[in-house]
Amino acid sequence: MRVAAIASPICVSGVNPVSNELVTGLKCRLCGKLYGKEALNFCTDDFGPLEVAYDYQAVARTFTREAVAARPRTMWRYRELLPVDGEPTVGRHVGCTPLIRADRLAKALGVAELYIKNDAVNHPSLSFKDRVVAVALSKAVELGFKTVGCASTGNLAGSVAANAAAAGLDAYVLIPEDLEQGKILGATIYGAKVVAVRGNYDHVNRLCSQIAFRYGWGFVNVNLRPFYAEGSKSMGFEIAEELGWRVPDHVVAPMAGGSLIGKLHKAFRELELLGLLDGPARTKMFGAQATGCNPISNTVKTGAAKVKPIRNPDTIAKSLAIGDPADGWFASKLIRETGGWSEDVPDSAIVDAMRLLAETEGIWAETAGGVTLAVAKKLIDEGKIDRDGSTVLCITGNGLKTQEAILDQLPRPVVIKPTLEDFESLVEQGAEAFDQAPLAAAWR
Amino acid sequence: MPLVRIPTPLRPQAGGLDKIEAAGSTVREVLADLGCQHPAIQERLFDGGEIRRFVNVYVNNEDVRYLDDLDTPVGAKDEVSIIPAVAGG
Repeated sequence: MRVAAIASPICVSGVNPVSNELVTGLKCRLCGKLYGKEALNFCTDDFGPLEVAYDYQAVARTFTREAVAARPRTMWRYRELLPVDGEPTVGRHVGCTPLIRADRLAKALGVAELYIKNDAVNHPSLSFKDRVVAVALSKAVELGFKTVGCASTGNLAGSVAANAAAAGLDAYVLIPEDLEQGKILGATIYGAKVVAVRGNYDHVNRLCSQIAFRYGWGFVNVNLRPFYAEGSKSMGFEIAEELGWRVPDHVVAPMAGGSLIGKLHKAFRELELLGLLDGPARTKMFGAQATGCNPISNTVKTGAAKVKPIRNPDTIAKSLAIGDPADGWFASKLIRETGGWSEDVPDSAIVDAMRLLAETEGIWAETAGGVTLAVAKKLIDEGKIDRDGSTVLCITGNGLKTQEAILDQLPRPVVIKPTLEDFESLVEQGAEAFDQAPLAAAWR
Repeated sequence: MPLVRIPTPLRPQAGGLDKIEAAGSTVREVLADLGCQHPAIQERLFDGGEIRRFVNVYVNNEDVRYLDDLDTPVGAKDEVSIIPAVAGG
């Protein structure tokens, strides 16, 4: 369907559109069966994933560049394409994180045009998960849920806990028991009921699939998942708008469950469909994983028809440690179809990349950000990412939450007496003076 | 006899039951017997002879893909769980 020709150029009514009329329901991605706007994540005929369906002709009547530009700088400026009826009630200040031209990092990598989409500073919980949670919990309120929850590798835990607290919702947050301290504290502080499960994320996820329906609670990434996943599109909308309503040649995104990369691309395609882009949405999508948990990159590289799950993920990038990714098949298919590629990197490369990003651009990303940058570097070196094209790296979480990953890698501070002589002596020694034992040693 | 745990959204196709006894010594046999008892479940779980892409099956707490898939042995006291795969992330 091509709707650009019928798009009304300017919203003159001044009335905020509501997606009540714009979202037609849920649709199975496999068989196309239609469902109402309900808390259900899979097709009861074939178990296929349900996805939000929009009336794009109706969207086009009010969703214009001018209308978007006149709205507050939050993710809700793209509200016609986010499945919330009426005003959002949760996460009203989420999104519009910086898209940074990263020239120092570009020089280090040997590419011409590089950007960082920095969701490490997203509000309120410092990760891209605030986007999906804002939509999911607004929908949860709409549908009348009083108790919400999630299965999380860490960032989602914090986001559900924080946003549920602000909305006055009761929250159950289930996590693998070996998560980083920052992720655990970052959920517990908000008063959520945090449950650590003896097992890996896939065990947690399976349990949550059973809990959500048994108790009739709104689990953001189980029964509310079709709505939740749409929130990730806002990152794609923001990238395109910040680039002057064009899309980059390449996007590199981290992959855990494999949803984000698909939604970024869907955002670009929707803008193209609605006639809002300068030029076609021909972005090549590149997916990043850690070698210790690489089910999707392995599928892309081998050309396998099925995603082979990883039984025991083992990587410092715990936020990406999903061995059985729900959207792995769709992600690998998309990557191939767009002409992109996927790679994975060992933990040592993840840490090196975290330091490179921090030292060149002043951005402290969590381990997943290290994965994204390290994979980007690998793909550039292999010639799979064109050095002359424009590239956006998606940084999805904050380094403050994964301090354990670098404690053994960074030097501890040099200690001196409070005298000018001591400081002068230090400066004379030069860089060698700062070559100390790892930071972790000072804290043991 | 092994017990099969039915996910909540599929219970209308299983007479409203959350657990159903089904005979068999492998996952394939147990699910086949479940299908005989409730044909509507059978067509939802299988595409031809294969389990559908977005269905996960567990014997007790173990995903059968890490065992012998449909040929995974099932004991009389084991529990087989059908879990929709589209969750998480």
